[in-house]
Amino acid sequence: MRARIEQRFAALKAEGRAAFVPYVMAGDPDAATALAILKGLPAAGADLIEVGFPFSDPMAEGPPIQRAAQRALAAGMTLKATLEAIAAFRTADADTPVILMGYTNPLVTWGIEAFARDAAAAGVDGMIIVDLPPEEAGPLADALDANDISLIRLATPTTDDRRLPVVVRRTSGFVYYVSVAGVTGVKEADASAVAPHVERVRRASGLPVAVGFGIKTPERASAIARVADAVVVGSALVDEVAEAVDLNEDVTGRVLSKVEALAKAVRLARRGPV
Amino acid sequence: MNAPVPPHSGRPNDYTAYPDAQGRFGAFGGQYVPETLMPLVHDLTAAWGAAKVDPAFLGELQGYLTHYVGRPSPLYFASRLTEHFGGAKIYLKREELNHTGSHKINNCMGQILLAMRMGKTRIIAETGAGQHGVATATVCARFGLPCVVYMGAVDVERQKPNVFRMNLLGAEVRPVTSGSATLKDAMNEALRDWVTNVHDTYYLIGTAAGMHPYPEMVRDFQAVIGREVREQMMAAEGRLPDAVVACVGGGSNAIGLFHPFLNDEGVKLIGVEAAGSGMDTGRHAAAINGGRPGVLHGNMTYLLQDKDGQIEEAHSISAGLDYPGIGPEHSWLHDVGRATYLTATDAESLDAYMLLSKLEGILPAIESAHAIARIGEIARDVGKDGLVVLNLSGRGDKDVATVAAHLGRTV
Repeated sequence: MRARIEQRFAALKAEGRAAFVPYVMAGDPDAATALAILKGLPAAGADLIEVGFPFSDPMAEGPPIQRAAQRALAAGMTLKATLEAIAAFRTADADTPVILMGYTNPLVTWGIEAFARDAAAAGVDGMIIVDLPPEEAGPLADALDANDISLIRLATPTTDDRRLPVVVRRTSGFVYYVSVAGVTGVKEADASAVAPHVERVRRASGLPVAVGFGIKTPERASAIARVADAVVVGSALVDEVAEAVDLNEDVTGRVLSKVEALAKAVRLARRGPV
Repeated sequence: MNAPVPPHSGRPNDYTAYPDAQGRFGAFGGQYVPETLMPLVHDLTAAWGAAKVDPAFLGELQGYLTHYVGRPSPLYFASRLTEHFGGAKIYLKREELNHTGSHKINNCMGQILLAMRMGKTRIIAETGAGQHGVATATVCARFGLPCVVYMGAVDVERQKPNVFRMNLLGAEVRPVTSGSATLKDAMNEALRDWVTNVHDTYYLIGTAAGMHPYPEMVRDFQAVIGREVREQMMAAEGRLPDAVVACVGGGSNAIGLFHPFLNDEGVKLIGVEAAGSGMDTGRHAAAINGGRPGVLHGNMTYLLQDKDGQIEEAHSISAGLDYPGIGPEHSWLHDVGRATYLTATDAESLDAYMLLSKLEGILPAIESAHAIARIGEIARDVGKDGLVVLNLSGRGDKDVATVAAHLGRTV
């Protein structure tokens, strides 16, 4: 439901703060733990949630999310089970927007129209497909339109003013600004360099702008929260999963406490340094 | 994205009119890449569009192909192989005699000239068997550009001589351990490098796959093979061949051979995919014969994948054919029925390797040996008065250790 995303951003605007958006990989490290994490995210401070669905060949991901996808696939995660997890989440939470993020091929296998319908039924509100630029996204955009799901686009440092209108056409909910040229979780985002781009994307789209790729710490999240409408953290969270698994610690507790720290930093960002 | 299985629209009037402006061969091809790369892909499309009609660019390329690569490569009548099978006359297109020992150099020479024309100062590439890596390292050495080659850690291990060759040529070989640590993962890693180094880096893809314009561009650079075959066959026999045959992994040597014959419907086009341990074992690399359409590495094409759309590992004795996809133009030629795709197993290809070595005194690349494995049946089908051409895409010295291991010997 697009309205869920719009209502959430409107409420945050009224509060005068940015959204905190954690990214978690469905089925990482296993379906039950991942669902427990998902269900715990709103109470830990998530304003919106990005749920990655695993793909064997994620070409824009750095090592942390590559490994998260491999853990999930090794544990038997599928796209069908991803939708089931979101449906289970929705029984307890009717307000927190859920954005599904991943790659094209599993959708091709499912069938685009059928997938959009099934995703809507599960309670998905938006979709980000990393390897589906506007040039190839027409059929998915039609299918999502028909099912009231937002197609959320990525704008990047290489998206110049000439291309930006192409990128934001048919998009809704928000625009995701990729703060660095690179894969996820490697380079660090610099808030002062990002700010003018956020403004540029806001002007071109008339939509809130989320910033992600390369935000790992509460300090960095706080800095980005002062210039963007939402802050996305992914690699740093899936790294917590990896470490907790390695150390045989409580995975859910560890991820949610990291989410709490990041969410707090984002909430307090516009009240001054944390 | 289009429907994964395209409507059977019948044969087009002009096969050479593809890809269309969107980079499509029917339902196949396209530009499925992250937004960061889209502006770069558009720049490349524009630069290639200008270069391919620029006589200065084409003249410079022709000069290097003649004096550095050693073109034209001979079209050789393999009389003992012909006699052995007792069918059509078998000609071998001797791409293995090119500088660096395979057809890969044709494409590398074209793309390096384009990269320099675009002002790029750093070259990256992926490689499987190492033939494309060696060819890329070679042209980078020739023109003084730094070169990074991504190669699956598994392939680094089984193709050590080529790794050393690349090092000698000044290239840095980066072993890739992610995923299945083979060619598809090397390509993922090269794409990740390109996404990260967007300003100075040129990605020199080695096969006629990936996002538009690569399938078209690589095909056009390799089409010199088929153009020469047409001329050489007219000179030798006064007519076109009845069939042309090539091994297919990504499919660059095959599409280079096929393309100048696409509109000559009397010329059968036959590709041979790697059947690995056998099509019924599930351990193979035959995307068309054992896969279904999907999206990987920027294009819609036939892929080896599971029921959920996860890409499956390919299996072949030949590192150069060990890829779960195939170039989109082959997918289209298969669907419209213009080309036929057969398979050959590891064992059949080893036999063919030894057969050609003994009968003609030519060690073929284990990749090319897959085509040789089917040439007897093809020659008999075509019949005694017929003419067939097999693309001998690479030389087999690199494979002697692999072949020896299968014979229970060490070298």
